[in-house]
Amino acid sequence: MVKIRFSSALSNVTHARETTFELGDTTVKAVLEKLVQQFGPDFEKRILEKGEVRRFVNLYVNGEDIRHLSGLDSPVKDADEISILPAVSGG
Amino acid sequence: MSHVIGLKCRECGAQYPAVIQNTCYECFGPLEVNYDWDYISNHISKEKIASGPKSIWRYADLLPLESDKRIDLGAGFNKLHHAQRLGAALGLDELYILDESVNPTNSFKDRVTSVAISKAIEFDVKAVGCASTGNLAAAVGAHAAKAGLPAYIFIPSTIELGKIVQMLIYGPNVIAVEGTYDDANRLASEVADSHPDWAFVNINIRPYYTEGSKTLAYETAEQLKWQVPDHIVAPMASGALLCAISRGFKELERVGLVDNSKVKISGAQPLNCSPISSAVQKNSEVIPVRNFETIAHSLAIGNPADGYYAKRTILDSEGYAASPTDTEIIEAIHLLARTEGIFTEPAGGTTVAGLKKLVESGHIQHDERVVIYVTGNGLKAQDTMLKSLQRPPVIKPMIGEFERLTAPGLDILGQKADLVHS
Repeated sequence: MVKIRFSSALSNVTHARETTFELGDTTVKAVLEKLVQQFGPDFEKRILEKGEVRRFVNLYVNGEDIRHLSGLDSPVKDADEISILPAVSGG
Repeated sequence: MSHVIGLKCRECGAQYPAVIQNTCYECFGPLEVNYDWDYISNHISKEKIASGPKSIWRYADLLPLESDKRIDLGAGFNKLHHAQRLGAALGLDELYILDESVNPTNSFKDRVTSVAISKAIEFDVKAVGCASTGNLAAAVGAHAAKAGLPAYIFIPSTIELGKIVQMLIYGPNVIAVEGTYDDANRLASEVADSHPDWAFVNINIRPYYTEGSKTLAYETAEQLKWQVPDHIVAPMASGALLCAISRGFKELERVGLVDNSKVKISGAQPLNCSPISSAVQKNSEVIPVRNFETIAHSLAIGNPADGYYAKRTILDSEGYAASPTDTEIIEAIHLLARTEGIFTEPAGGTTVAGLKKLVESGHIQHDERVVIYVTGNGLKAQDTMLKSLQRPPVIKPMIGEFERLTAPGLDILGQKADLVHS
């Protein structure tokens, strides 16, 4: 079971702070496709631009930014936790 | 009637009321404060500022507070030093230093924190907090103590002992997180998101917080008799400070306090953690850095929140960015102390070392009027600096011993050890 935690800034689209999927071993890209399927184009336009993660979005797999892994191809295993947060904090 | 309309998305322009929020719900972009500029222009004047408090609050018309309940420990109103000796050493005709090491907790972070905690009081929050590399932690600790609010402070576990001592003394809840600043920041972001009645100064009330840094530009212009410099150099971590200084100069022109706000904006980052400087130098995207080690802990942010905007600000203003090594940073700390009597931490050393590189590379001309921002105090990083110094010689209390020490060929005045290598 993969758990996905959402920033409250996505609440108007996801209407929940987290969701779970049974996907087995997969990739971030496949998880996002599933999320777009569930939450529709409003979700997609906030997270993705031309097939890439938008620069104001940080996506983490078990706390590690996917930009430091393999981007959308980063592997996701069963029981992993994904967080989607705005990249507008810090400093 | 207020000078604050609310919040506005920097990307899509969507507008929101002035609440605890940092992200646009429409496009996920960052928010900034949306002011009523006509109102401000009609209420601000040089005379009103001159008769105001001797702190950042003399510029209250340009800050996002809507009440006069201020948590003010006295941040700002710092001296703009005419740095003639450092200028001569670097080949600059007119160099100034705004010395931020003398703020209440000894860094520029008192400016942003005073604004943010005052705003948090307006929001009637239950607690405040931040993610910090050390300087912000001390500032939040002190201002939270003054406000009587509990504070939750997330730091990377590797920062300087001097900074940890300073933050602990104010009694906040300090949580040291394994990993880098970026790890501490992500955790703090999730905590802030789970506690809507807590105000994390550089996270969920960040649009208000960053406004405090604009006062560096206001103070610069006021002390230059309401003129702007030709060129400024600021240190960069998240990039927010540099963007705020640029914004501050532009706002002064907008409200009629200066005739012209054209300032070249340059930045400096330590070579080992320089995602923004690299992006400027290569004119490429800002690529986050995961693994880095630098003595400039307060600039060690691998994923800079305002990196995109900082790069654009620098290039649009025709400035540039430097990335000095740790050795060059330590050399610059010594140079600043020995020419101007100002002891700064490695972040300030990065700025001075960056200035030196920008002059040497021709990006700053000798006849430009230059202002640099020395953002923190060297006493916070004593353990780092001790490695570059020799302990003083110990002698018997006899004149002969002193004369032997000062005999030709011996240099007891320049007690600088061989520099550590980065």
